Amino acid sequence: MNQAIQLPDPWSMPLEQIDVSDTRLYEQDAWRPYFARLREEAPVHYRSESPFGPFWSVSRFEDIVAVDSNPQDFSSEPTIIIGDLGDDIPFEMFIAMDPPKHDVQRRAVQPVVAPQNLAQLEGLIRSRVTDILDNLPLDEEFDWVERVSINLTTQMLATLFDFPFEERSKLTYWSDIAAAAPEMTGGDVSREERVAGLTECLETFTRIWHERKGREEGFDLISLLQRDPHTADMVDRPMEFLGNLALLIVGGNDTTRNSITGGVLALNQNPAEYHKLRADHSLIPNMVSEIIRWQTPLAHMRRTAARDLEFHGQQIKKGDKVVMWYISGNRDETVIDRADEFIIDRPNARKHVSFGFGVHRCMGNRLAEMQLRILWEEIMQRFSFVEVVGATERVESNFVRGYTKLPVKLHAL
Amino acid sequence: MPKITLIEFNGQDHTIDAEPGKSLMQNAIDNMVPGIDADCGGACACGTCHCFVDEPWRESTGDVDAMEEAMLGMRPDRADNSRLSCQIQVSEAMDGMVVHLPEFQM
Repeated sequence: MNQAIQLPDPWSMPLEQIDVSDTRLYEQDAWRPYFARLREEAPVHYRSESPFGPFWSVSRFEDIVAVDSNPQDFSSEPTIIIGDLGDDIPFEMFIAMDPPKHDVQRRAVQPVVAPQNLAQLEGLIRSRVTDILDNLPLDEEFDWVERVSINLTTQMLATLFDFPFEERSKLTYWSDIAAAAPEMTGGDVSREERVAGLTECLETFTRIWHERKGREEGFDLISLLQRDPHTADMVDRPMEFLGNLALLIVGGNDTTRNSITGGVLALNQNPAEYHKLRADHSLIPNMVSEIIRWQTPLAHMRRTAARDLEFHGQQIKKGDKVVMWYISGNRDETVIDRADEFIIDRPNARKHVSFGFGVHRCMGNRLAEMQLRILWEEIMQRFSFVEVVGATERVESNFVRGYTKLPVKLHAL
Repeated sequence: MPKITLIEFNGQDHTIDAEPGKSLMQNAIDNMVPGIDADCGGACACGTCHCFVDEPWRESTGDVDAMEEAMLGMRPDRADNSRLSCQIQVSEAMDGMVVHLPEFQM
């Protein structure tokens, strides 16, 4: 961790110097007061310089909903992360497209995560959860991130792609490098490593595509893309194919993975909530929404102004970056009572911004909720306490809000 | 107050005394009708208050604007009579209206 330079005091520093793109805020988990000040004093805030160039920050709940639901003024093109994609791998993905092209591509893959399809997956997910949990050691320290969070979400991802199960760790690796270049989100993956990894990803999936061609059944993501006339030849447009693969890999992996870890951490930091959960397992579905709010696995989404416009008295110019900080919207006290607290029986727990709003709203939200629900149902059948026993290590990124390590010890019922 | 019947996917029906001027979504939530999530609280921004308006009342519920159309377009179970219930403002003309709820919200 880079703690050599101390972070400036959020309340006394000049407002215009606040830079919420600074990845140290997330790595050191120090971001809360900076956003509290922005929400209060500068809800549409301009930062003139940063490693990612100048950008506007939108930090209040209602303003995030407004920007997210207005693709005419706030475009998702060319990209939805604060940094630039660069020229190495010019991804094209539907999350970074505006309607109507976005709509056509999203519709092709949406059926895989529609609740009818998910109902058929529930038994499979439960058996995999059971298998993972039954193989964990009791009363012995291990890394929850590796043994549970990554393991479960990677198995799920392999199922959604019908990817060779024994090679599934590749999916985790590609997910980790896809958006982790320094210029994109402040990550630490080198250019060479990222290009090599994603090239292998494209080659692997191109091979799978051709092997699978002509298959008539199957609800995996590749088969769905092949059967939809709008995306049937996507393999011939490599950057679009790779971009959408990366989107589905990251979307189906990192976010749920970090919410699985975040839930354990939140319950350990709030023992009274853990106590409530032990007393009443029927709180699990509501707790799942609260975990997703509390964790906010993607800290931001970026838009680009499509025209000159005024917002909260600020003059935003065409082409300016406008960053919606979901991590801040989820702590907005004017909309969410006691927003900094983790409350598993919170009323209206579904009212959070973690899934985004508008046409880009998270496609896999029901799958994510289902995985978390089943995991916690099965945890509570087995363990009285998933105890955090060591220091948490966090991802260095202003986009993926996640963990690389969470040492835990399990206690039997 | 107009009486509106909401029918869950499993056939369970709920007849409510709806308050004119409020949205159908808000009326359903206030009467604790299950099957509507309304995650965004009525901003036409999440699509989780999807419903199907029975034919005779479609006209009384007004037109679908561009934003609602965009959100409905994302629903895999979208039908001709699909609406977001947060965008239907209840009026006396809806007395007797029947609305079906989808199998799932997403």
